[in-house]
Amino acid sequence: MSKPKNNPAPSAPKERGWRVWVAWFLVLLFAGEIAAALLIPRKDKTFAVSQFATLPLTFNGRVQPMDSLARNSLLQIRGITEVPLEGNGVGGKWGKWEELGGELTERKWYQFDKRPKKLKPSDWLLETMLNQRQADERYIFVINHPDLRGLLKLDAGVEKSGLHFYRFSDLQPRLKELQTEITRVSQLRDESLRTPFDRAVMQLHNAWILFMRLKNTLQPEDSTDFAQELDDYLAGAAAARAEVQARQAKGEQLSDDELEKILAPVRRFAGRYDAMARMETPLVIPPEAHGDHQHNWQRTGDVLIEAPRHGLPETVRTYAALGNAYRAGDAPKFNQLLAGYRATIAEAGLVKELKKGANEEFFNRMLAFKRSMYVYVTAFLLVLLYWANLTEIWRRTAWRLVLLGFAVHTAGLVFRMVLEGRPPVTNLYSSAIFIGWGAVVLGLVLEKFYRDGIGLVVASCVGFLTLIVAHNLAQGGDTMEMMRAVLDTNFWLATHVVVITLGYASTFVAGFLAIVYILRGLFTKTLSEATAKGLARMVYAIACFATLFSFVGTVLGGIWADQSWGRFWGWDPKENGALIIVLWNALVLHARWGGWVRERGLINLAIVGNIVTSWSWFGVNMLGIGLHSYGFMDAAFKWLMAFVISQLVLIALGLLPNRYWASFRNLPPGGGNGAASLATGKPKTA
Amino acid sequence: MTNKLWKLLTSLRLTVVLLAFSIVLVFIGTVAQADEGLYQAQARYFKHWFVNGFTFFGHKVPVPLPGGYLLGTLLLVNLTAAHISRFQWTWKKLGIHLTHLGVILLLVGQLATDLLSRETQMRFAEGETRAWSESGMDYELIFVTDADADNEEVVAIPQKLLAPGAELKHEKLPFTVRVKEFWPNSTRPEFRAPMMQSQGAPLTTNGVGASFNFRPEKVTHAMDDKNVPVAILEIITPGGSPGTWVAPGWVDDEPMSSFLRRVWRQDFGKQLADNMAAKLTRPQTIEASGKRFTFSLRPARTYTPFTVTLLKTTHTTYPGRPDLPKDFRSRVRIQNPAKGEDREVEIFMNNPLRYAGLTFFQYQMVGEEMAAQRGEKPSSVLQVVRNPGWITPYAGCIIVGVGMVIQFMIHLVGFVQKRKTA
Repeated sequence: MSKPKNNPAPSAPKERGWRVWVAWFLVLLFAGEIAAALLIPRKDKTFAVSQFATLPLTFNGRVQPMDSLARNSLLQIRGITEVPLEGNGVGGKWGKWEELGGELTERKWYQFDKRPKKLKPSDWLLETMLNQRQADERYIFVINHPDLRGLLKLDAGVEKSGLHFYRFSDLQPRLKELQTEITRVSQLRDESLRTPFDRAVMQLHNAWILFMRLKNTLQPEDSTDFAQELDDYLAGAAAARAEVQARQAKGEQLSDDELEKILAPVRRFAGRYDAMARMETPLVIPPEAHGDHQHNWQRTGDVLIEAPRHGLPETVRTYAALGNAYRAGDAPKFNQLLAGYRATIAEAGLVKELKKGANEEFFNRMLAFKRSMYVYVTAFLLVLLYWANLTEIWRRTAWRLVLLGFAVHTAGLVFRMVLEGRPPVTNLYSSAIFIGWGAVVLGLVLEKFYRDGIGLVVASCVGFLTLIVAHNLAQGGDTMEMMRAVLDTNFWLATHVVVITLGYASTFVAGFLAIVYILRGLFTKTLSEATAKGLARMVYAIACFATLFSFVGTVLGGIWADQSWGRFWGWDPKENGALIIVLWNALVLHARWGGWVRERGLINLAIVGNIVTSWSWFGVNMLGIGLHSYGFMDAAFKWLMAFVISQLVLIALGLLPNRYWASFRNLPPGGGNGAASLATGKPKTA
Repeated sequence: MTNKLWKLLTSLRLTVVLLAFSIVLVFIGTVAQADEGLYQAQARYFKHWFVNGFTFFGHKVPVPLPGGYLLGTLLLVNLTAAHISRFQWTWKKLGIHLTHLGVILLLVGQLATDLLSRETQMRFAEGETRAWSESGMDYELIFVTDADADNEEVVAIPQKLLAPGAELKHEKLPFTVRVKEFWPNSTRPEFRAPMMQSQGAPLTTNGVGASFNFRPEKVTHAMDDKNVPVAILEIITPGGSPGTWVAPGWVDDEPMSSFLRRVWRQDFGKQLADNMAAKLTRPQTIEASGKRFTFSLRPARTYTPFTVTLLKTTHTTYPGRPDLPKDFRSRVRIQNPAKGEDREVEIFMNNPLRYAGLTFFQYQMVGEEMAAQRGEKPSSVLQVVRNPGWITPYAGCIIVGVGMVIQFMIHLVGFVQKRKTA
């Protein structure tokens, strides 16, 4: 094995001049952008939206800030967490949507001079909750199925690279047609019978319901002056009660009809509030000063119904006043009310919730995983550049960038853990983030040893790809969902889940190293014999780790099952998936120890490891059976298939004889790569 | 010849081939669960020596495969044989020996679990006390009679003896039980309304058979379904036959009878439903040799030498998410007079109670709210497991983990040293 310093580095020209400038510029650019995002607080122009964004509420079983509700809702309704207010009309005219006619399209990627005004998630949520008529006019509902557009008699809406967005006011007149389809689809017993059209219907249905919930969270959506309405309601209730009491005092026996007549005005209000509560809106009324904070958050609708008997929480009045100020465009008043409200609930003992709200909002805004994604991809391109001309500075710059990306990635991971009070992996989304993190660690360690860019390629590429996977998984909504009872154990999440996920990560890294081997060997002349051997050795070493992690992780899973259900092994699909990874890694190691496979064989087997792992990670969930199934994910299925096919193609390439390999073409037949088997390096260890 | 066989048995290639077959089997056995159901697939693929044709994404493939038992045994033989033939005691091999020892322990432990472990359920409402647990699958036919003023005598006949045509005798029973029919699964009992004519003749005019129709149904393998058997019995005393009786599994199986009551209430209203339930659960008796025997087909019981009383159930969900359980737990009292024990224990998810060779897990629960809706008392079901081999995976995991770490550390240290000297 050659020393690291004897690797390509010495032949590289000494770095100087413009390259140094470009290299440092890149590093500083990313570092500066990240620092700016972290350090510069958000400025409010008029309304103190940033103060609204951090207000705590309870939704989806957990305390979260308005900002999280806004982002997750927009993801589910629109798929994108911003709402542009301007764009292109007919003939390239630029302007606000309502001023343009005809075909509308969002800013094209090449329109660098245009900066469309946009609603950020919290801007949009504030408007949706307090100025519902205006919110109805925003292009937020994404409807892509042409048949569904046809059914609802929709035009092209606002278009953005093939996606079509519509306003609530476009859809409302077609509610009847939609309802018929919703009823039909919900009667299908088996979800797998749903066609793409049916799924589009249900997606719109869910978006619709969510939008209705948000609009009715703080006040009934059709109320124009809710503060006044509250007064009327409570005064009416008091009057009705007084009348009943007065007549009873006179000794009158009230018949049901008479009683109804007295109560009728109050009932009209109560009916509205009951409808709000039944929508299952977020719980925005904080608990009273005492008691358990987790359990007594309430819905506005519920407290309104109870108000004549139990009194009205101040929060409802505050939000009503906020609504009036917001609709009147009175920013100073709005901001003053909001500041007052924050002080009130802090005094009432919600300091922890306010802090959590602020932290989570900061975490949302940090976009740690998105930022590290950009850094990784740049680093990856730099390593390719390094391989192309062997200028050491590109490798070193890539190293710095991967470190930077890794720092941000880690910060995001740790922040998430602190917010949730949980170990890193709690669901499929966080498993993707953690697999990427583990792969980057392994890649960095490899790079430290070999300094030939391979570790960096693995780190940046696997890091980038897994974060893409995570990004797509986040489209489902809240990624910090609470754990159901059986999973609610930090001990097993910290041991079984973390270890098994590291097993996935290392199997992927081994497979990815193998891909580097094949692509470099086949298509470039840069895969020297030493590099090839080194790569094979890395694959071997990582496969050992993978075996250790996947085995221990799998058995720990069994022990967890034994602790919660009384059976160590139940042949559940996810368990079997993990078992297959263990068996596969064991097979690779034994085949290699037995001398059955040599360098190239090991490389090809490692790529099969990618297929095996992706199957266990995603495939088993798609069977829709067993304790671990998270429902059928059909978009993911297509990607899984594409991934499997790509890996099969790579294996086919790996099987090509030496004469097709750019790097091995000139080696004597039988010599070089083939004969220099790993088995000679480490003979029969078993 | 034996030499060759020995060589084959100890070879690494056999290991690789066996591992490859295992991967294929596990994969196919997993995919087949979607078509065949979890239990059926488990039994057919993993708990047999051979698999006679398999299903693959809904397609039947008539290709035989080695089953889980065969592969497990061969792997065990291969591993053991390889160690016998190549065993060398050196520090360098310590990791590998430990790893393989742990794997052997796991394989043997799983086999032991497969053969020895028993799963039953203990179900009770708040305030009730149990000294037994029930099987989730098997039933038993019992005859109960008063032994003296305070004690009852129970004769229990396991389900597997209830084959059609069987004639069952027991020294404590002054009659013979002839099994006329035994249906491993049956449809919901249908009420024979007194005024309706067109229902055909009843199975029998005795007991519950006079008021309800029972029909056989195909045996189910689905995870969320259950087989409820029905036996049709003829009693033969020395003095002749008092007649034919129906013993349905629907009566003394609490979840089944409570399910029927709920369905009936929905369909017929509370009054009629309660009336029907009373008719269904009215004890059936036979008189012979001057004694009264009450009989019924109930879930097979396993008795415990101690009692468990359910004190309190707790079932919480997350705020605003009634569908997402946060915690469910049962507070129970264990009383064991033989040992002078009397203590309270809390059993909840991931926190089972291990006691007297049994492990009690929180399994199902009808919490306060749902119980109120159903007009019942809150109740809880504990899964009771007897598994003498439960410790093996714990030990196996530690041994294999340590073994692998040692082995890979040896590699890693060697690798780093080599790089330093190169």
